[in-house]
Amino acid sequence: MRVMAQLAMVMNLDKCIGCHTCSVTCKQAWTNRSGTEYVWFNNVETRPGQGYPRRYEDQDRWRGGWELDRRGRLRPRSGGRARRLLTIFSNPLMPSIGDYYEPWTYDYASLTTAPLGDDFPVARPHSLVSGERMKVEWSANWDDDLGGGPALAAADPVVEKIAQDVRLDYERVFMFYLPRICEHCLNPSCMAACPSGAIYKREEDGIVLVDQDRCRGWRMCVTGCPYKKVYFNHRTGKAEKCTFCYPRVEVGLPTVCSETCVGRLRYLGVLLYDADRVAEAAETEDDTALYEAQLGVFLDPEDPDVRAAARRDGVPDAWVRAARDSPVHALVNRFRVALPLHPEYRTMPMVWYIPPLSPVVDALRGTGHDAEDAGNLFGAIETLRIPVSYLAELFSAGDPEPVTRVLRRLAALRSYMRDRNLGDPADPAKAEAVGMTGRDMDDLYRLLALARYEERYVIPTQAEAEAAALEESVCPVGEDAGARPGPFGEASGRPERASVESFHALRDRQTGGALVHPADRKGRVNLLNWDGQGRPGGLFPHRPKKKKEGEE
Amino acid sequence: MRVLLWAVLPYVSVVLLVGGTVWRWRYDRFGWTTRSSELYEKRLLRIASPLFHYGLIFVILGHVAGLVVPEGWMSALGVRESVYHAVSLYAGSLAGAAAVAGLAMLVYRRRTRGPVFSATTRNDKLMYVLLGASLLLGLAVTVVENGILGGYDYRTTVGPWFRGLFALRPDITLMEGIPLLYAFHTVIGMVLTALFPFTRLIHAFAAPWRYPFRPYLVYRSRTSGPRTRAERRGWEPIR
Ligand code: SF4
Ligand code: SF4
Repeated sequence: MRVMAQLAMVMNLDKCIGCHTCSVTCKQAWTNRSGTEYVWFNNVETRPGQGYPRRYEDQDRWRGGWELDRRGRLRPRSGGRARRLLTIFSNPLMPSIGDYYEPWTYDYASLTTAPLGDDFPVARPHSLVSGERMKVEWSANWDDDLGGGPALAAADPVVEKIAQDVRLDYERVFMFYLPRICEHCLNPSCMAACPSGAIYKREEDGIVLVDQDRCRGWRMCVTGCPYKKVYFNHRTGKAEKCTFCYPRVEVGLPTVCSETCVGRLRYLGVLLYDADRVAEAAETEDDTALYEAQLGVFLDPEDPDVRAAARRDGVPDAWVRAARDSPVHALVNRFRVALPLHPEYRTMPMVWYIPPLSPVVDALRGTGHDAEDAGNLFGAIETLRIPVSYLAELFSAGDPEPVTRVLRRLAALRSYMRDRNLGDPADPAKAEAVGMTGRDMDDLYRLLALARYEERYVIPTQAEAEAAALEESVCPVGEDAGARPGPFGEASGRPERASVESFHALRDRQTGGALVHPADRKGRVNLLNWDGQGRPGGLFPHRPKKKKEGEE
Repeated sequence: MRVLLWAVLPYVSVVLLVGGTVWRWRYDRFGWTTRSSELYEKRLLRIASPLFHYGLIFVILGHVAGLVVPEGWMSALGVRESVYHAVSLYAGSLAGAAAVAGLAMLVYRRRTRGPVFSATTRNDKLMYVLLGASLLLGLAVTVVENGILGGYDYRTTVGPWFRGLFALRPDITLMEGIPLLYAFHTVIGMVLTALFPFTRLIHAFAAPWRYPFRPYLVYRSRTSGPRTRAERRGWEPIR
């Protein structure tokens, strides 16, 4: 067992109103530069819909993620190492700008500088890539709110996967929003595809980053990522991706997209997992068993053995504490209502989704039934096959069982809480019917409905982790024993460790007689002992006295 | 003049190549990239880029075989002069033609595709001129001097001179009387070498030869330890 910590996110899709605030604030923070005009680290897509970039889920075309080779071992779906190096000069599996969209601006100046005439002046769109006039034909959310109608939505690769007979039915039945960021996978295929080794996963928090100084612009990661969440900056020629706002989370602040989310639907917290079991879990043969396999990788922070192993493997105590309070841990492992997006890509994604119950509720209400009644809802989940199989394609490789289970839990919670709110006694049978207790119901309600800020975001800071490291529970002797100034005097060279320094200072004081010569103390004075009178030795640098004439 | 061309210029270009590469590595690792334009245009690139790059790889291998390996070694291996000549002529022309054709298509693509053209810098243009000139001259040398005009055995003149450079004993007399095309090709090649680290060509030095040997997943620590580590020179916090 090798314990590692991962900062992960859960999004509660029922609450997303599709306002794109997260996308816009993210863009303002990270991709408002030239070269990244077309880049949205965070994007919100309407489902059913094609997504961004267009039809990115069609892995027969783009070949992102992993597959199992004949011996059952993981191999990037776009091919192994040799194949990648041979196709390095031209990569047909990389989306081109048209698959995202050609970014544009308008020549607003023409509005004020146009000569007086009969026609209203118009600001015409100009490409931000070539500077030429262009026709706007697609964008990052062209099919927002099912804009473009069935013609566009039918090209959704997930819709294509569901059986033919349900196709035309779906748009009447349901629609929901899917906000997406980089998944900060446990088994990232972007990283596997990078020839320069520039993409790395941070040991401390599992954030996946691109080292801008090591990226050489081979653009293989764009192909490798099945979620198409690595982007090629066409000005700098380097790959860029979502950073999980690492400068913010390092100091305990939520990511920009979470902080600004209007629906307050994002949860951030720590998950502990066993790094030794990741590859094994990703090699699970059956696509539909991957969700369970991924759950099997996580470790329970309440388990004393896990906590001992965490300490052994250098996971700071503050992080283990945060893992116990983690809303992500609760939603993923305790209540099991959050599911990974496309587990069949085998990258072990770490942004989880609570599938939306609202399409079912809406459909039920539309038929005039009581949409808060557990029995009605359960029945609707069984009969409304289309939303369920659609959601199953997204979140459990097509297996309806996990999605149904989650939806039933959400339905039970809804009906359980209605009883409470109407003053009826809570009905524990409703909780038990979905394998939960009354207390679970209360906790889940608190987490999902009240969703208080400090319960949504439980982010341990890096400072806490570093403070622990500075305590130096390991004896540093032998590493830098004794002060060894560098060649340019006392201040040069490597600074001494605090503990080593105080050890030597203490020993000097104890063994060096009553008065330590200031010069031997390296100019250190304990001002706490100074009463303000006179001049303590060592306050000023030691200077050999010059004898004045006439003295003696 | 001859001393300048055949004894000074080679060393100047090598010094610039090495010095420039070190400078890029130390101060401009962020700028060290292929600056790929595949995002803008794929159809032409799909044919042109592999054609050019693979052609160029064989051209470079051919130069190694012709210039670095002494004639004696080849014959010791049982490769007769006529065989070598034929191989160098036909394989060399083929590789050279592929590289030239690829480059021509790439330049055409660069000129006609708006987004690609607007991403082209002056530095790129200079580089294309030099690269195109040296490739064309090289192809001309192979086809004209070695093919049409009959064989010219550069392995007794240019080859030994080239190796002499590395032994720090440049023998400029060897280069006297070499055909003019050879002279031009060699000089442009040296200028290109000198400019190499300052152009986008530098991405060739980033060839990912370590990729096949590393594990798929890369873990890295956020910092290399707690804050008492030595700071990089010039980056120490103010204490
Ligand atoms: S989702 Fe993120 S970590 Fe996972 S493969 Fe894509 S870019 Fe890499
Ligand atoms: S800000 Fe929140 S509610 Fe709005 S689109 Fe983003 S995730 Fe949905």
